Amino acid sequence: MHRLKKIFATDSYVVPLVAILLGFLVGAVVMLIGGYDPIAAYSALFKRVFGSPYDFGEAIREMTPLMFTGLAVAFAFRSGMFNIGADGQVLIGMTAATLVGIKLAGLPMFLLVPLAVIAAGLAGGLWAGIAGYLKAKRGINEVITTIMLNWIALYLSNYIVRNFLLLKGQNRSEDIPASLSMTFLNGVFDNARVHWGTAIAICAAIFFYVYLWKTKQGYEMRAVGLNPNAAEYAGMNVGRNVVKAMFISGAFAGLAGAGEVLGVFHYQSVFAASPGYGFNGIAVALLGLTHPLGVILAAILYGMLTYGAAGMSFGADVPPELIRIVIGSIIFFIAAQGIVRWVLKPFYLKRKKEKVS
Amino acid sequence: MDLVTLGQLLNTTLVFSTALIFAALGGIFSERSGVVNIGLEGLMMFGAFAAAVGGHYAQDAGMGAWAPWVGVLCAMAVGVIGSLIHAVASITFKADQTISGTVINFLAAGSTLYMVKLFFDGAGESPLIDGFKKFSVPVLSKIPVIGEGIFNSYPTTYLAIILVIVIYFVLFKTPFGLRLRAVGEHPSAADTLGVNVKRMRYIGVMLSGLLAGIGGATITLTTTGTFAHNTISGQGFIAIAAMIFGKWNPLGAFGAAVFFGFSQAIRNYVQLFEWSKSIPQEFIFMIPYVLTIIVLVSAVGRSSAPKALGEPYDPGKR
Repeated sequence: MHRLKKIFATDSYVVPLVAILLGFLVGAVVMLIGGYDPIAAYSALFKRVFGSPYDFGEAIREMTPLMFTGLAVAFAFRSGMFNIGADGQVLIGMTAATLVGIKLAGLPMFLLVPLAVIAAGLAGGLWAGIAGYLKAKRGINEVITTIMLNWIALYLSNYIVRNFLLLKGQNRSEDIPASLSMTFLNGVFDNARVHWGTAIAICAAIFFYVYLWKTKQGYEMRAVGLNPNAAEYAGMNVGRNVVKAMFISGAFAGLAGAGEVLGVFHYQSVFAASPGYGFNGIAVALLGLTHPLGVILAAILYGMLTYGAAGMSFGADVPPELIRIVIGSIIFFIAAQGIVRWVLKPFYLKRKKEKVS
Repeated sequence: MDLVTLGQLLNTTLVFSTALIFAALGGIFSERSGVVNIGLEGLMMFGAFAAAVGGHYAQDAGMGAWAPWVGVLCAMAVGVIGSLIHAVASITFKADQTISGTVINFLAAGSTLYMVKLFFDGAGESPLIDGFKKFSVPVLSKIPVIGEGIFNSYPTTYLAIILVIVIYFVLFKTPFGLRLRAVGEHPSAADTLGVNVKRMRYIGVMLSGLLAGIGGATITLTTTGTFAHNTISGQGFIAIAAMIFGKWNPLGAFGAAVFFGFSQAIRNYVQLFEWSKSIPQEFIFMIPYVLTIIVLVSAVGRSSAPKALGEPYDPGKR
């Protein structure tokens, strides 16, 4: 994991841009092989995203949980850990927000909504904190614990919804009175489900940046991420940093859950399987080079692509799964920078020659 | 609960475990050679897809009982091709192994469904095929409980159990296994002794693709009969957990895979117990995952991953 930073610290934005282009190119080739028209497909994709205010609002809705889970995975990466458990942390955050939002419904809104959001963040953080604690105290690989915790979170949240919050005769919770919806934008976005979660996500990204790069605690955390042995030798408490990093990572994911239940659905479903926010978060974190600004941009790209993919199948009859090939290829080219540099080589050589002359 | 149901429970356990055993064995090859393989999920997807498509066309061609084996061969081939993406990125181009493994998961999820829709006129699922039939071992299958449980299984289950032993032997008793492990523990030392590090790692990753491919194939050929978007949903990650749980040892991974398979199987039988009716089903579903964490905390302790796991080999580095 330490290499992640090394790869991405080259502060080159050229490589990601070329990688995105190459990813689209791979998608186009795959479409041509399948007998589809790539130009029609891509224009249908963008038409779907930018075609109407409603769709644009919904695309923003799609991006929001990706920003949170992307930040969650990226934050853990920066501290030297791989958090595959964002999925479970989202579910736990959802459940906490739903619980507070329904059970404390008597409170005035200006108290209830922040309480529900904070509960989601705390619950997600504590859930991830379990994995952090086990790693710090017992040296247990966080990959295995977070995978296990994902399943436990799925069943635990279903249990809570089915036994304490169920809407009679339905497979979901009662409606949640607390709401994060930006109802004042209903006119602008034609009733698309935009909500305050997006703003919270951007604040979270700013917190991510300031905390890791502008505070002493963040400095320690990055040091632990880069080389735990050196950090320990320098007198830092590695274990405490590991737990803290997982807590913050999980809190980001938990907030994604709050956004989904309080801002989008206004109820919580009983899930048959994991909803997959966390796994998309891994892709977003990698696309965003594990930097908060990059993660936000990556979530925007990823959200656009996945939301627009439905348009591709309407507009050009292309299976929407194609977009996963595009995303996978983009990450591939970002990770295997050698290939991109090899593609770019002729351009760099030309530039050097010009300088000489 | 009588002995017959106990036998059936054991049998179902093995059906669910088989795919996990193959994939975990694959993971062991890759990680023992020093390459993290988070892409097992995707490789299983490739395998499940290839088995469904290959098996379907073989069945149409009238190959009858051989059709599922054609499916397995296709799964092996496609699994290896998929794993080559991981190998090229992470070994040749020294990409971060976690990232290129994630890439496999994405490419597999996208391309398999894309191809299913392409091959079968936009359907979201491959046509249903017959798959493997259970094979009763003569004499042995007459033993009570164990006969019903073990010796009346799918051929893939027998293959998985044999492979566990073979791979254990290969890894720990042959020069090849020693070299593979050396490359994962201390690549520069292995290099000095004349072991071709990159080649060994390529072999490790490709074997993981081959085995995870078979793992995916067993799911379509013994359980679902088709390939759809939810055919592989988390089994690859459970296989990774089984591999870590089993300390990167084929026998350990086998035990862990059977444990996870058992937890899957017990769901179908849990209503047969009197005591279990008062426990909410969610808590019963949770048991294996909670138990895994408890076992890790109490018994296994620090996981002993191969030393050079996750580090690309760079001969120029000290």
